[in-house]
Amino acid sequence: MILIINICNEKLHEFEFVKPIEDILKGGKIKFKTEHYKKITKKDLLAEKIIICGTSLKDNYFLENLKYFKWLKNFNKPVLGICGGSHIIGLILGNKLKNKKEIGLKEINIKKEFLGIKGKRKVYYLHNLQVLPETFNHQNFYAILFHPEVRNKELTVNFCNL
Amino acid sequence: MKCAVLFSGGKDSTYAAYLAKKNKYKLTCLISIISENKESYMFHTPSIEKTTIQAKTMNIPLIVQKSKGKKEEELKDLEKAIKKAKEKFKIEGIVTGAVESVYQASRVQKICDKLELECFNPLWQKNQFELLEDLIKNNFEIIITGVFAYPFNKSWLGRKIDKKFIKEIKELNKKYQINPAGEGGEFETFVLNCPLFKRSLKINNKKIFGEKHSWKMEIDLK
Repeated sequence: MILIINICNEKLHEFEFVKPIEDILKGGKIKFKTEHYKKITKKDLLAEKIIICGTSLKDNYFLENLKYFKWLKNFNKPVLGICGGSHIIGLILGNKLKNKKEIGLKEINIKKEFLGIKGKRKVYYLHNLQVLPETFNHQNFYAILFHPEVRNKELTVNFCNL
Repeated sequence: MKCAVLFSGGKDSTYAAYLAKKNKYKLTCLISIISENKESYMFHTPSIEKTTIQAKTMNIPLIVQKSKGKKEEELKDLEKAIKKAKEKFKIEGIVTGAVESVYQASRVQKICDKLELECFNPLWQKNQFELLEDLIKNNFEIIITGVFAYPFNKSWLGRKIDKKFIKEIKELNKKYQINPAGEGGEFETFVLNCPLFKRSLKINNKKIFGEKHSWKMEIDLK
């Protein structure tokens, strides 16, 4: 079972940032449960892997609520953070937040294989902040600044199949 | 939250508006861009003048912005219209019917970011067949007003999006890679009725023009 964590402050954003991830998992016949970060229980954290989704450019409400993610420090199963989720992982690991705005498609070069993808890739960016690099892996923590639900769906499936 | 909907009168922007309302967002105004460029990268053009009638039947004010439709100029026109909606109606967010187009979505995102508005794309990356099924489930009455790809022909104009349509479009998708939601510009739609409308719109008169696999239908409504 995968736990998908929704960090959206606005209900209407869930269709844009959470549902596409749920659809990818449904397509891969991967079992999941979705929960908002403020409602996560100890039972939810028994999930074998966790995906923390992103949210909109203007929605930085989760940054004021990082206390809800304290559990991440001692969590030792695989976690994937997408955009806002990447910021959360980075901040919990003690990194600093900086302003960085990128909107739209960009070609990046992934030098070291990351969740099954490598080399030149077109990725979709939608962020005005950055904590971790475009792709990041440290122990059980995986993070990406771009949105894999747009042009790199297989990355999410590869994470679930780790 | 007070929102403006980027509204073309077709299925996607109308369904996005419906989802916003269903989730307790206030539809404060609609914005329609009338592009003189029929090949516009940003906006659907057929029947867009009819959005005035749709807006009336939803009882929502409509901002109409004309654009010559040159690639970057039409973005300025869109920005102008959104700015007007912000000033006049104090909107805090924009709702779009973007599904797949990164070109459209990222440009609207940039404008919203500049104007400090939330940007909502509730159909983003949605499975195209699921979208068509949802429209039927939610009692949307939609007709085809334009077809622009092989193997479509004149006979598709005026057809309703119903179970039979979905079945046929599934076959065309398999055979010819036709995008089931017309996202690649293969076809365009017009909403005659949906839960947001106070009454169903009826076609009074229609004019059909085109050739081969590219046909359009201009409609007069009552």
